[in-house]
Amino acid sequence: MNRSQEILRHAEALRWKLPPNFQDEVAGRVSREASELAARRVHRPGGSGRLAWQRRLDLILTGRWTGIPAMALLFATVLWLTIEGANVPSGMLANLLVDTWHPWLKSTALAVGVWPWLAGLAIDGMYLSAAWVISVMLPPMAIFFPAFTLLEDFGYLPRVAFNLDRLFQKVGAHGKQALTMTMGLGCNAAGVVATRIIDSPRERLIAIITNNFSLCNGRWPTQILLATVFVGALAPPAVAGLVAASSVFAVAVLGFAFALGSSWLLSRTLLKGESSSFSLELPPYRPPNLLRTLYTSLIDRTMFVLWRAVVFAIPAGAAIWLIANIDAGGHSIAWWMVTGLDPLAWVMGLTGVILVAYIVAIPANEIVVPTILMLTALLAGPIAPDAPAAGVMFETEEHILHGMLTAAGWTTLTAVCLMLFSLLHNPCSTTLYTIYKETGSWFWTMVSAALPLALGFVACTSVAFIWRALAG
Amino acid sequence: MSSSCAPTACENCGSARADLRRLGLRLGRWDYSVALAGNPNVGKSTVFNLLTGLRQHTGNWPGKTVSRAEGAFDLDGKRYKITDLPGTYSLLGASPDEEVARDFLLFSRPDVTLVVADATCLERNLALLLQIMQITGRVVLCLNLMDEARAHGIDVDVRGLARDLGIPAVGTAARRGEGLDELLAAIRDVATGVFVREAAPPEITPEALRGPVGELADQLRAAYPLMENPAWVALRLLEGDGRVIAGLEQGEFDGPAMETKEVNG
Repeated sequence: MNRSQEILRHAEALRWKLPPNFQDEVAGRVSREASELAARRVHRPGGSGRLAWQRRLDLILTGRWTGIPAMALLFATVLWLTIEGANVPSGMLANLLVDTWHPWLKSTALAVGVWPWLAGLAIDGMYLSAAWVISVMLPPMAIFFPAFTLLEDFGYLPRVAFNLDRLFQKVGAHGKQALTMTMGLGCNAAGVVATRIIDSPRERLIAIITNNFSLCNGRWPTQILLATVFVGALAPPAVAGLVAASSVFAVAVLGFAFALGSSWLLSRTLLKGESSSFSLELPPYRPPNLLRTLYTSLIDRTMFVLWRAVVFAIPAGAAIWLIANIDAGGHSIAWWMVTGLDPLAWVMGLTGVILVAYIVAIPANEIVVPTILMLTALLAGPIAPDAPAAGVMFETEEHILHGMLTAAGWTTLTAVCLMLFSLLHNPCSTTLYTIYKETGSWFWTMVSAALPLALGFVACTSVAFIWRALAG
Repeated sequence: MSSSCAPTACENCGSARADLRRLGLRLGRWDYSVALAGNPNVGKSTVFNLLTGLRQHTGNWPGKTVSRAEGAFDLDGKRYKITDLPGTYSLLGASPDEEVARDFLLFSRPDVTLVVADATCLERNLALLLQIMQITGRVVLCLNLMDEARAHGIDVDVRGLARDLGIPAVGTAARRGEGLDELLAAIRDVATGVFVREAAPPEITPEALRGPVGELADQLRAAYPLMENPAWVALRLLEGDGRVIAGLEQGEFDGPAMETKEVNG
């Protein structure tokens, strides 16, 4: 390309004759032209700028002292609404799908002469795990996602970033990481893609590696369920929902603390450097379109996440049934795995069943709790429901879970450690794949998986050790 | 489609809308390509959804769309492919999202660039528009969020702006579908060549640079007769813009329009 070389040489020669700061002049010229145009064609008969109520609201929601408490209150309220509201429909779904349809399907299949092993694999394995996923996840998601989307459409999320910006700058990360972390609250894979808004490669890597500390869609229901069944149960019924909501909120805050801590660690070890500044725009508050928000969050988020969970749950259900029913030397494969992992799990305050569930559920976080329930049920044999008549079943659903898990050796410590482990473990396979695609590096993908896993091990082990020491 | 319009809404379903068929993701072959550009959080994705019938999630925060999204619609029997570019404040290519937007305009050369601007803070939005107008002359300005501007007591003279800029400008409230007809008409006129910008875009080259820029632009024009934006390229070359230099070396400015790659993907 001869002509291009000639032109480039010419440009090079001309550049020497230019005033030193001509780039600034170009930028200045553009904005002058833009403001002249705007001044000529935009009239503000009603005075300038933002509506008064929006300014007043921002004084509270982004205020130096009020911003973070207001944020805590908002998120805690959303969680409380989710926990209180999901209780009854969750119980009804479980009653229908698990307690009514499951025995009916099984007996019908056997009655028409389906081989017992096939009925077991299809109904006790695949159907039951899908049924658990739907009854455990659908109600909380159907409340949590619309509420979250309403806040998002209202324009609140950039304010969250604004409130947290100073903290992220302090630990040597990019302020925009507050935005990508907030997006991670929805889905970590989306949060990882969103880090593209960060210019500096160093700060972008930090944001990618630590995004997993934002509790995602797949893990909110796990947290909510455990908090309801174990933590809320410790409190008097009147405040149980509030206590459960606060404990989930505490786990989410802990996640942000871990994100800040590991960002600090990374920016002082593997990814050294100064943090760069940026300007964050706070959009005006916009009244969200209620119907549209409901539609998008129910169809795009709730059904999308639920569908993904069901798709992963069906083969996982089959796998669980197989490992629980294939005999190897007098015991099932599941028994060997659970027994083998039990000592390690005990150190971490967990049970062998939980660790096996995490191995089976590597493809998707969403199915961890259903997997745990299935494994527990299959290993313990059929559950004897201590609930009375079917009419009040949905109110006792929590008690059934509580009873079933306590019978399998669970304590409050187990639930607390599982909540911690659910926050602190490797990202799901989709997120890991996204991290690999975004960084193009196996090394950083491995770091993103190993760092939270190591932290999870340390956190669970410490909590279990201290808990047992205090309990005597 | 016209029969499905409720009678009360029929002031909104004029001639252009009657022939609009939203094709969603069915891209297939297309007759015209349209790029959607603009600052972050001005409702680009909402305009995109309005035109294509897709339901890309939109959110009230900057940086929601980080990669390109594509959709299509059919108007008067012609197919339009529409690409939703990430929102940016400038086209200097400082970050991956700015690079995606700029490379698309520069090397994929869309038939129409629809610049979506927030009517409530026009000044900042016009800065990007002015930069885009240096790259391509086939621009339609969509002044979105007119409903919000009205609520804030802001009065925008849409016709006056169109006259000053020499391009079609349409006021819209995309959330409510307001202004869709005129927007479609403007896109069609620019795509089919019914509307051709005659006036030169507002000058953004500072006086001190006009000599060297003009000299270089003449040389570019002679070497690449098909180049659309020699003055802008000249300015970028003087600034030592790596991507533009590479584009020139690889002959990307006068070859056929190419499908740009997504960053990292």
